[in-house]
Amino acid sequence: MNFHFNEEEQDILNMLHDFCLKEVKPLAAEIDEQERFPKETLTKLQEMGMMGIYMPEEYGGAGLSYLTYIGACEEFAKYCATTSVMFSAHGSLCCWPIEHFGTPEQKEKFLTPLASGEKLGAFGLTEPGAGTDAAMQKTVAEDKGDHWLINGSKIFITNAGEADIYVIFAMTDKSLGTKGISAFIVEKDTPGFKIGAHEKKMGIRGSATCELIFEDCKIPKENLLGEVGKGFKVAMMTLDGGRIGIAAQALGIAEGCIEETVKYVKERVQFGKRISQFQNTQFQLADMQAKCDAAKLLIYRAAQAKQDGEPYSHLAAEAKLFAAEMASDVTRRCLQLIGGYGYTREYPFERMMRDAKITEIYEGTSEVQRMVISGWMGVK
Amino acid sequence: MNILVCVKQVPDTTEIKIDPVKNTLIREGVPSIVNPFDGYALEAAARIKDKDPSTRIVVLSMGPEQAKAALKECLAIAADSAYLVSDRAFGGSDTLATSYIISQSIRLVEEKEGVKFDAIFCGKQAIDGDTAQVGPEVAEWLGYPQVTYGLEAEAAEDGLKVRTEAEDGVEIIGIQYPCVVTFTKPAWDPRYPTIKRKMAANRAQIPTLTAADFPAIDTARIGLKGSPTHVKKTFVPQKKSGGIKIKEETNEESALKLIALLSEAHVI
Repeated sequence: MNFHFNEEEQDILNMLHDFCLKEVKPLAAEIDEQERFPKETLTKLQEMGMMGIYMPEEYGGAGLSYLTYIGACEEFAKYCATTSVMFSAHGSLCCWPIEHFGTPEQKEKFLTPLASGEKLGAFGLTEPGAGTDAAMQKTVAEDKGDHWLINGSKIFITNAGEADIYVIFAMTDKSLGTKGISAFIVEKDTPGFKIGAHEKKMGIRGSATCELIFEDCKIPKENLLGEVGKGFKVAMMTLDGGRIGIAAQALGIAEGCIEETVKYVKERVQFGKRISQFQNTQFQLADMQAKCDAAKLLIYRAAQAKQDGEPYSHLAAEAKLFAAEMASDVTRRCLQLIGGYGYTREYPFERMMRDAKITEIYEGTSEVQRMVISGWMGVK
Repeated sequence: MNILVCVKQVPDTTEIKIDPVKNTLIREGVPSIVNPFDGYALEAAARIKDKDPSTRIVVLSMGPEQAKAALKECLAIAADSAYLVSDRAFGGSDTLATSYIISQSIRLVEEKEGVKFDAIFCGKQAIDGDTAQVGPEVAEWLGYPQVTYGLEAEAAEDGLKVRTEAEDGVEIIGIQYPCVVTFTKPAWDPRYPTIKRKMAANRAQIPTLTAADFPAIDTARIGLKGSPTHVKKTFVPQKKSGGIKIKEETNEESALKLIALLSEAHVI
């Protein structure tokens, strides 16, 4: 397999790298500290056409490869995990299902503003009683003839309140279990649709994570995404892709952390030596680099498979499982190498360690990834 | 409206190394960028185009073949077309010869594009040579009025309203078309390229204008021969240590402190 980006793709990633150094990195600590959504960064990314990087050109996207998109998720996360998840929740969880399951009219109406950077997207599946067990949906959508009536709530929704377009899931027939779940597109400002409390989180603190509340929320019939009763499939397929984005986020966090650590250990002197001269430092960083590269190969392999239209569900699960646990391990070990300064907010290490943890939890916990992989192996 | 923006590709470094024999800049191994002041000039043109999308922006650069990378960057940001002026015969030109060649090039580009440029925008100076002479000299060769230290320009009836940086604030100067404006750093950052423009720019073919394209050019005014400037010596200035700030309660106290410090240093 060849994961090289072509010249054009590399050029766009280089442009994004420059952008991250100028705009993303300098804001990372501030938005974490203030728990503030990086709206100014989003506006610039929208103007650059970055938010529709891998969406088709006919819908206002840039038409670049999925692998390039994953490279972008990784690049953002090197400097700011919040920016990365804002980007991937939009790209993987809102643009993709509309592009994949939407009717031409839905694509025209919703995908075009999402891909051209006019609007931001979000995805709502998780509920208070339906986390990993996503089938236990309590949100209900009733067919009222000329519209759908939605009642219920969603929690932990990334980009909530900031997004304009939401892909959400609700029960259309409770008696059918997962086959009774359907997907819908809801626009912000729809009467009966409100944004609830803002979660206070350990990491990715600039990311807007809120509750979505539906109280007799009427949405047009044509906002059903995919077929009635096929929503669970829409959700699972969407999350398969989303996992590659989150794996890339984990990889980026680890890469960014290693980069900062290497800089630090080459300057810090203890016992009359730069701490980079101690074999413990050298071996630890060598191990971390090797694991990082292993994660990268898993992620790019999954992305390449998705791009080529091959089955990738278990590849995405392997990539996310390995990358997320690697990122938590790497950031923790880097902080230990730095010592006391690493524990302070003067340096980015503690933030990176807090940010890494979420990658083991959202868009499928590490345990879910193990279920997917062992299921694919036929170990039952 | 038609605007031509002159840009220069410069080394991206504050530690410029100089060839001690030739007294020229050593460019190898140093990444190249669009001269930042030229970027501000391009942004000023782009802002005019934001208001009037019929505005056409052409960029022109004189330099070696690799300067096409800088022109592509400008195409990615806002320019509609680009021209490189490049010929060994132009090598070694000082600011006077360069501005002569550029002014001739502007006329040639006008012919090729079939337009007459209403305004020529330049950065106030290049960060490698720092002379701030080429823009004003281009205006002289063309016989155009000029405004320097521009921050932003706005298209008015038959000319531009240019906000310029003055010693004690901002001046707004009206200037008639056709004109030359040089730009300095404004309060805002230039825009980023969009992905689509960036991809289109990479595929763009940039024409090179060589000496053969200028049959009427006065060869006595170009290249080393046409350059009256002779560099006697170049050197890297020593880094200055930071100064001190005296700000006492009253001006009188500040003056007394200054005198005390100067006496201590045996300056007075």
